[in-house]
Amino acid sequence: MIALLMRDLRLAFRAGGGFGLGLAFFLILAVLVPLGVGPEPQILARIAPGILWVGALLACLLSLDRIFALDFEDGSLDLLATAPVPLEAAVSIKALAHWLTTGLPLVLISPVLGLLLFLPGEAYVWLIVSLALGTPALSVIGTFGAALTVGLKRGGLLLSLLVLPLYIPTLVFGAEVVSRGAMGLAVDTPLALLAGITAGAVAILPFASAHVLRINLR
Amino acid sequence: MLEGLSFTVTPGAALVLRGPNGCGKTTLLRTVAGLQPALSGKIDCAPDAIAYAAHADGIKATLTVAENLRFWAAIYGTIRIDTALEQMNLRGLAERAAQNLSAGQKRRLGLARLMVTGRPVWVLDEPTVSLDTASVALFVDVVRQHLAGGGMAVMATHIDLGLPEAEILDLSRFKARLPEPGYGNFDEAFL
Repeated sequence: MIALLMRDLRLAFRAGGGFGLGLAFFLILAVLVPLGVGPEPQILARIAPGILWVGALLACLLSLDRIFALDFEDGSLDLLATAPVPLEAAVSIKALAHWLTTGLPLVLISPVLGLLLFLPGEAYVWLIVSLALGTPALSVIGTFGAALTVGLKRGGLLLSLLVLPLYIPTLVFGAEVVSRGAMGLAVDTPLALLAGITAGAVAILPFASAHVLRINLR
Repeated sequence: MLEGLSFTVTPGAALVLRGPNGCGKTTLLRTVAGLQPALSGKIDCAPDAIAYAAHADGIKATLTVAENLRFWAAIYGTIRIDTALEQMNLRGLAERAAQNLSAGQKRRLGLARLMVTGRPVWVLDEPTVSLDTASVALFVDVVRQHLAGGGMAVMATHIDLGLPEAEILDLSRFKARLPEPGYGNFDEAFL
């Protein structure tokens, strides 16, 4: 299990591994938005929570098709499915590796990008908390989408179409937490719902992903 | 694909599957390995006794030979990769990135993976593709050693391995046939 996690992380960090893809996208988005919208701090501060959350979501989406496609192409997925590791565990580990290489860097860099978008001071804590709670759901839901579309040639479009609707609740509640935080309002309700979605996704989707993966490998 | 097929492999024995392309060798091997269910019939072999090796070797191009092998060894809970490296003549390539290997060397790495699984039943799909004669001999030696240790092997291959003790099963005899579409059926459709 640890071996699988270490291998996936090592692959992501080696040349051509895709680490930094989402991060670069997130960075570019946050730099371009003020250029496109204009430099008024009030407007930027108003839209910052939404922009940051949409950016994080799309950055996550970018690297989803790599989760299983590469392993499928070189045959490792067949071998993993016949290995002594339960496929459910392998799927969870792969989702975790995706989060560590995509979600976690986004969480860590988000305060810097908040600065670029004039995010009000009180909102920074909630930006980090909401992304830290919400991005694992993005990785787990994305892994499910990747499992559904593995083996399809150029399944990226289908993957996005399948996954985006499932991402919407996380986006809505995540951005709501940050907006409310910025206005100094109570954030309990959206935060609880955000955490609930993540908990539910982490608990159920690895089993669903492993199941569809077995069907797709036939 | 196939019907009426039945075979038994005893410990220490090897079975070689023969047949033209598309006759169902890969399908049979994937079914035996538990990757796809059989429409009917059963397989009396625990899935956790089987080590499966397919056309693709599951090698990661950016990892070195030793890293690739160590990963599979860790997954299967065996630690030693030295013997496998030695026997597949990969010792000198251990620190080379897998993307710089030739097709035959990759194949040898794929076969070395089998050795680190420590599983008794090897299910091999075209194991000798892209191997030169020396490497095929190397491979046959390893298989023979595996059999001598009480292991079993089921292989699909087109070439003569020089493994006279292996039993040969020609799959083309077991080709499943679709029921003939008789014209009588049309009448029934209108009833």
